[in-house]
Amino acid sequence: MTQPIIEIINLVTYYDSRKILDGINLQIYPGETVTILGRSGCGKSTLLRHIVGLSHPTDGQILIKGSDITRLNEEQRLPTLKKIGMLFQSSALFNSMTVGDNVALPLREHTHLEEPTIQIMTRMKLDQVGLSGFEDFMPAQLSGGMKKRAALARAIAMDPDILFCDEPSAGLDPIVAVGIDQLIMKLKKAFKMTIVVVTHELASVFQIADRVALMDKGKIIAIGTPDDFKNSDNETISQFFNRIPDPENIDKQEYLNSLIGNSK
Amino acid sequence: MIKIETREINRYIIVDIKGDVDLYSSPQIRKVLLENIAKKVSGLIINLKSVSYMDSSGIATLVESLQRLNEYRGKLVITHVQGAVKDVFELSRLDKVFTIVDNESDALKVCNVEVN
Repeated sequence: MTQPIIEIINLVTYYDSRKILDGINLQIYPGETVTILGRSGCGKSTLLRHIVGLSHPTDGQILIKGSDITRLNEEQRLPTLKKIGMLFQSSALFNSMTVGDNVALPLREHTHLEEPTIQIMTRMKLDQVGLSGFEDFMPAQLSGGMKKRAALARAIAMDPDILFCDEPSAGLDPIVAVGIDQLIMKLKKAFKMTIVVVTHELASVFQIADRVALMDKGKIIAIGTPDDFKNSDNETISQFFNRIPDPENIDKQEYLNSLIGNSK
Repeated sequence: MIKIETREINRYIIVDIKGDVDLYSSPQIRKVLLENIAKKVSGLIINLKSVSYMDSSGIATLVESLQRLNEYRGKLVITHVQGAVKDVFELSRLDKVFTIVDNESDALKVCNVEVN
């Protein structure tokens, strides 16, 4: 039986006294695309930050290719993290560097490759995301969709086995967003990457996901295929997939307390 | 662990590579290829029969070698491109740029080398 490439076991995280992740368990298998879906503030981006080692959990384990990155120091987990690509929600390009230098950065930082090799790899990666010839542009000269593509080129610079994308369509118009989804799928097919996408865009889920993990209040409340979710009669799933807003049930006293600063 | 061996036939260097070509092994391959190019050999024949994985750094190394050989009309021929390596070549659209043939005998024919 295939072993999971990522295994999250009972992950718990607090920010101060607030529980953000509440016993997350999730297994992701090689070559699959899993979307982590949920409302704003449900903990999905926090979960992603933990998986890529940017945040440390209060409790629990995160096994990537069998190695528990929560128990390794920075130096020990570097070999694992080098084979992980991350596309940040904000693209996170360095504005003072050209697009080419942004893409080349991980190669210059983490490999002993010679500069001519790095230059050719950078142009190859930009070509793969449809930005051939843009290596000398500055990020400020790019549109939102182009910035996302440049950030994707940087995320795949080291030929990662696993690519994480945090809200790849955020802030993009629907047509550009579909283009980014299609590009992610093209790269997955070509490089046989495992892809984890955090999103709240339903259209994106149906286009790219093999499986969906739905989060609510720091927990994963359901895992299944997009079709499983579409046909589910679970209230929370149905509300999400049918885009039904929360009912306005206001507790008068609680609301008053929150306005006058007496809330717990 | 990568293993790189070279043989010479009529000023053409046949480079037999065994192992994965990745971020760690590409610099070693680059060194061997560029040393031979510096000697202005007639061409390089790269045998990938025992290579089952090649990443972008390997492809970039071959592109750089091709570029340098083109400067003096040297030839670069690649043999035994298969499986995942073939996928990477196709994705990079470099299957259109490189001369790729099935085996060493075909490579020598492309280079007009007669072997007795």
